[in-house]
Amino acid sequence: MFTDQGAKDTRSGFGAGLLELGKTNPKVVALCADLTGSLKMDAFEKEFPDRFYQVGIAEANMMGIAAGLTIGGNIPFTGTFANFSTGRVYDQIRQSIAYSGKNVKICASHAGVTLGEDGATHQILEDIGLMKMLPGMTVINPCDYNQTKAATLAIAEHEGPVYLRFGRPKVANFTPENQKFEIGKALLLKEGTDVSLFATGHLVWESLQAAYALEREGISVEVINIHTIKPLDEEAILKSVAKTGRAVTAEEHQINGGLGESIASTLSRNLPTPMQMIAVNDSFGESGTPDQLMKKYGLKDENIVAAVKRFF
Amino acid sequence: MWFTSLCFTFAAKKTHHNSRPFSPIISMNFPPNSINMNQDLQDSVNFCQQVRRDIVRMVHAVNSGHPGGSLGCTEFFVALYRHVMTYDAKNFDMDGKGEDLFFLSNGHISPVYYSVLARCGFFPVEELKTFRKINSRLQGHPTTHEGLPGIRIASGSLGQGLSVAIGAALAKKRNADKKLVFSLHGDGELQEGQIWEAAMYAGSNKVDNLIATIDANGRQIDGNTEDVLDLGNIGEKFAAFGWEVVTIAAGNDLPTVVNVLKQAIDLSGRGKPVCIVMRTEMGAGVDFMMGSHKWHGVAPNDEQLESALAQLPETMGDY
Repeated sequence: MFTDQGAKDTRSGFGAGLLELGKTNPKVVALCADLTGSLKMDAFEKEFPDRFYQVGIAEANMMGIAAGLTIGGNIPFTGTFANFSTGRVYDQIRQSIAYSGKNVKICASHAGVTLGEDGATHQILEDIGLMKMLPGMTVINPCDYNQTKAATLAIAEHEGPVYLRFGRPKVANFTPENQKFEIGKALLLKEGTDVSLFATGHLVWESLQAAYALEREGISVEVINIHTIKPLDEEAILKSVAKTGRAVTAEEHQINGGLGESIASTLSRNLPTPMQMIAVNDSFGESGTPDQLMKKYGLKDENIVAAVKRFF
Repeated sequence: MWFTSLCFTFAAKKTHHNSRPFSPIISMNFPPNSINMNQDLQDSVNFCQQVRRDIVRMVHAVNSGHPGGSLGCTEFFVALYRHVMTYDAKNFDMDGKGEDLFFLSNGHISPVYYSVLARCGFFPVEELKTFRKINSRLQGHPTTHEGLPGIRIASGSLGQGLSVAIGAALAKKRNADKKLVFSLHGDGELQEGQIWEAAMYAGSNKVDNLIATIDANGRQIDGNTEDVLDLGNIGEKFAAFGWEVVTIAAGNDLPTVVNVLKQAIDLSGRGKPVCIVMRTEMGAGVDFMMGSHKWHGVAPNDEQLESALAQLPETMGDY
């Protein structure tokens, strides 16, 4: 059983990972569009000022500069909010990074409704869909501080463009410290026989809580952490569903274009299976505390419990 | 001297914001009439003529592509690749360590780019016949995706190349590589906001190993730039963003272009990025394609091809 080692924000996991990369990989450089503190990139900036590029509030230019900086083997990490890392600069990423095959790591904080009070203008819920559609793009959404740090270290070793998505609020930190992060490898967190529950990002912790509650009611739920949405670990998904015959997905993202859709596509082509999806249902977010918003938009453990029970 | 009267720094030449700087006299430069031209430059003038043949033949063959801007930038490409940049065409790699780098931002003028790359040894000239055809490395707009030697970034969606060139220039500095980064942009392309984000960055951060050239032909798809969205004084704008600005008044006169590019190199490394505002004639070298925006993205028919090629006798052998 996983326990919270003390709430931490996933963006701080990114900041810690980036700082460590600064010490261990001289090829890593970082760019930020006037959100250094919010992205927790300030420690890297302080320690490695000659490898840090402050571009100002100009995200399109940041993406292009990052593409150009790959000349000579540099590994650029860009940092800004998820909204400004994707939708605002989609064409720059598409042409100058993805199509051009540049080894740029697009690191995006404040994804989803848990950004909170700033409201819907900043709460992007479409970013996974946007990024997973780009050929050659790897899309990663780790679940807690420890895993975000590990993912940050891992993407520096991966050749090719990556979208790394994380968030603002302090949430449960429950995966092992100093874990090895394997891109594209789903993690079985809890075995079960009745339902396969596939979750990503902040919803992994909620899914574990839901599974523990359902276990007490006699429903055996298998929880799998899909930290990498693309490439999707289809083998792990099909193996689990072959056993349970039921699938639930959980994510802090639009129902259109997210993890649920990727898994539905995999299952429908290989092993058609009844599914439930926990996601935002074709709606923008709004202002509120992260917890209030999770409740209002149906992303809490109790919503996952209710979704599982629809099978029975 | 043929060049001193044709090039001048921005400070020496200020045109009124609303003046029409794109005089049709530029179209009178064919055939080039510069005096004191040495054999090497004369060879390059002939090279330009062959490149122009390639351009019109390539777009005619697939009944698509962009001849206007390609013809207008022919002297620029030939000057850059034959007289200005140092590079290793036979051993192309993405990093280009110890080489000058070029980024084409207005990717639609791929015909001139491909012709010059091929004829400078990056890939076989015969491959020009695959332009825009299925399974070709010569895509409609340039790309790294098909592995064509000479290309370091995809372009076509406008406004992105200056940022990429800045990134490459920063990489050169990081890697203690003294070579330079060149880029080319259309004037219509300057209507994209990202250009000005990039211009602000390069000026503010003293990216002085970058030479960005603006193809100021005054035309874009829908008409004259001043009618579609007036760019104002391009040189003044870049100067205001902290760039050193040089003007080429006759961008279709090869010796002039070579000289101003060399002058721009002399201005590099002094704390400012360098912008060259290069006046050209869209469609230069083919009489019926000049003086209008209409040949921006239209291919000649059989009859028009014949007329164009009659104006551009073969100098190096057709592909």
